[in-house]
Amino acid sequence: MTNTTRRDELTRSGQESTSSPPVPGQRWRVVAARRTDTERLLSRLRTGVALTAGRLATTTSKRLRLGSGGIIGGRVAMALRPDLLDRLVADRRIVVVTGTNGKTTTTHMVAQALRAGGDSVSNATGANMLDGHVAALMSEPDAPYAALEVDELHLAQLTDRFQPSVILLLNLSRDQLDRVGEIRSVEASLRRALRQAPAAKVVANADDPNIVSAAIDHPHVTWVSGGCRWKHDALNCPRCGAFLGELEGDWECACGLRRPVADWTVDSNGLIAPDGGVERLSLPLPGQVNRVNATFALAASTELDLPRSESLERIQRLRDASGRYGHTTMAGREVRLLLAKNPASWLEMLDLVAENERPLIFVVNSRQADGHDVSWLWDIEFERLAGRTVLVTGERALDLAVRLRYAEVNCETASSVQQALHSAIIEHSAGPVEIIANYTAFRDLFAKRQQH
Amino acid sequence: MTDDSAIRIALVVPDLLGTYGDRGNALVLAQRLRWRGHRAEIVTVLSSAETLPDSCDIYLLGGGEDVAQQAAVNFLARGDGLRRAVDAGAVVLGVCGGLQVLGTSFTTGDGVTHRGLGLIDISTEPGERRAIGELSTRSEEHELGLLTGFENHLGRSRVGPAARPLGRVLHGVGNGADATEGAVSGRIVCTYLHGPALARNPLLADTMLSWVVGEPLSELPPFPELTELRSERVKAAG
Repeated sequence: MTNTTRRDELTRSGQESTSSPPVPGQRWRVVAARRTDTERLLSRLRTGVALTAGRLATTTSKRLRLGSGGIIGGRVAMALRPDLLDRLVADRRIVVVTGTNGKTTTTHMVAQALRAGGDSVSNATGANMLDGHVAALMSEPDAPYAALEVDELHLAQLTDRFQPSVILLLNLSRDQLDRVGEIRSVEASLRRALRQAPAAKVVANADDPNIVSAAIDHPHVTWVSGGCRWKHDALNCPRCGAFLGELEGDWECACGLRRPVADWTVDSNGLIAPDGGVERLSLPLPGQVNRVNATFALAASTELDLPRSESLERIQRLRDASGRYGHTTMAGREVRLLLAKNPASWLEMLDLVAENERPLIFVVNSRQADGHDVSWLWDIEFERLAGRTVLVTGERALDLAVRLRYAEVNCETASSVQQALHSAIIEHSAGPVEIIANYTAFRDLFAKRQQH
Repeated sequence: MTDDSAIRIALVVPDLLGTYGDRGNALVLAQRLRWRGHRAEIVTVLSSAETLPDSCDIYLLGGGEDVAQQAAVNFLARGDGLRRAVDAGAVVLGVCGGLQVLGTSFTTGDGVTHRGLGLIDISTEPGERRAIGELSTRSEEHELGLLTGFENHLGRSRVGPAARPLGRVLHGVGNGADATEGAVSGRIVCTYLHGPALARNPLLADTMLSWVVGEPLSELPPFPELTELRSERVKAAG
């Protein structure tokens, strides 16, 4: 069956529907062909078996501490019932979140905001491919709302299967080039993904030329502007390659691609909504980066006609997102966990730690999920920490140490975060320790924190 | 000392050729000069500039995507500043896409063959699959010895008679057309050891700097993590 026919079937009307009428704002519904009662019963049983087996796999994986169970459960259930996803997305309003950075945090914010309308599920464990989505959706099959984080290269696969209600496109920058590939191909893939979802509402970053290029041809785009901190992947037009300039404020390329007029604007004073309404933002999560994430989440709930003040109030309650920005205690010491996995996110996290004089621990791994290549360490301006001392650890501690030496940042390597916390430098310093870790390093730290 | 005495390191169109931390090479060169008491200045030349100035001592070309690579050739062919600088004795490092741009021709993934700048005798065609992973080589050039880095490229390159390979591949793919890696001709050095290649290969950095300074450089104080990093990465390559 081709993808087009599958979608055509989803929208074909006049046949017996296995589901209740679509909720307002949803432009499609699952419609099945006429079947006998026995077939229907068997089908329901198969769904039930798939859901039970999937949940069992999730629980087992968690119990055995093999993982969060967010992937295996979905995989088992889908193997038993390949059309399970179609059933799970029926009658739900689904917001999907993608982009290079901020996916997990924004997904948490969206899930919070959606609760202004009713129960919402989310793949908050960061299992952001199709099996993770199935696992999240089947955890509460009756919740009317879902917030799903999607790997940027997998959005096309998702919109090939169903059209979400809202798609958030946060940003695009260099990340794991040996695994993900270069930005141009990611941008092309996002553009294709949006072409497959003409009925979705898109909320996109007006200040990121790569995102603008991906989204601008879509019929329903709401634009968010909160500045563009990392500029090195957007100096040239993603469409024609011409130089765009420094991206302060408006930009326009000779080929016609230009910064769209923003519908939502956010800065340190607060945000301005499309209706001109002004909201103050008071977030427990730090930095402009989270003000932008919060604006995206609020825009998503607004697209679904949920009350703005209640959504915002819920977003403002979020204190950490799967451990990101969370304060905790390790080896008897208060620490703050920060995730940075590519130059753009390191820039944001260095903004946070440069504000204070707290002791620093950096952790860099290079497993498959991190990318094996750590050349990107040289794209980060560690020079701004010159004179400070950093404890470095992780599989690529030596690469990091060499980079810091060249930036004239004092550093010492440690065999683990635990050992770093017990080093003389950290023990003789005051205040909470800032730990910046990349993807798998952060995941391991967070898992340890949860076990405590 | 006046500003004229500063050694000028040109970071050439990093907006087009600078995907893989290539800026690191400029930082390494400038810092190794400063640590020895020389003045160093990094001159960033974006593709919005009129032309590339011919007055720098070192030119660094990094890696980029296909479209960006062609745009870089167009920019560099305009004004011919790089050729004039090379004729005057400037040092050039071409990394990955930079290697292909400096060569005689390169064929991109779409099958189109582009003329390179023709500054070094090396030509490139696409391979069947990307070469991605740790790469280690041994170089007989200038007693460089063991070189280590990461490679990520589709191109397979052939060194012509007017240039020499930079090294022989120990582990990894390298040029791919044969068991060689990179190319050298006069003061032009090209390599698939991508991104911040000089960070892991200080002897290559110092060799290039000695060509500019015109005399052997003084020893730098030991740098233990760098020695450890080199052996760790060579081991990781295989």
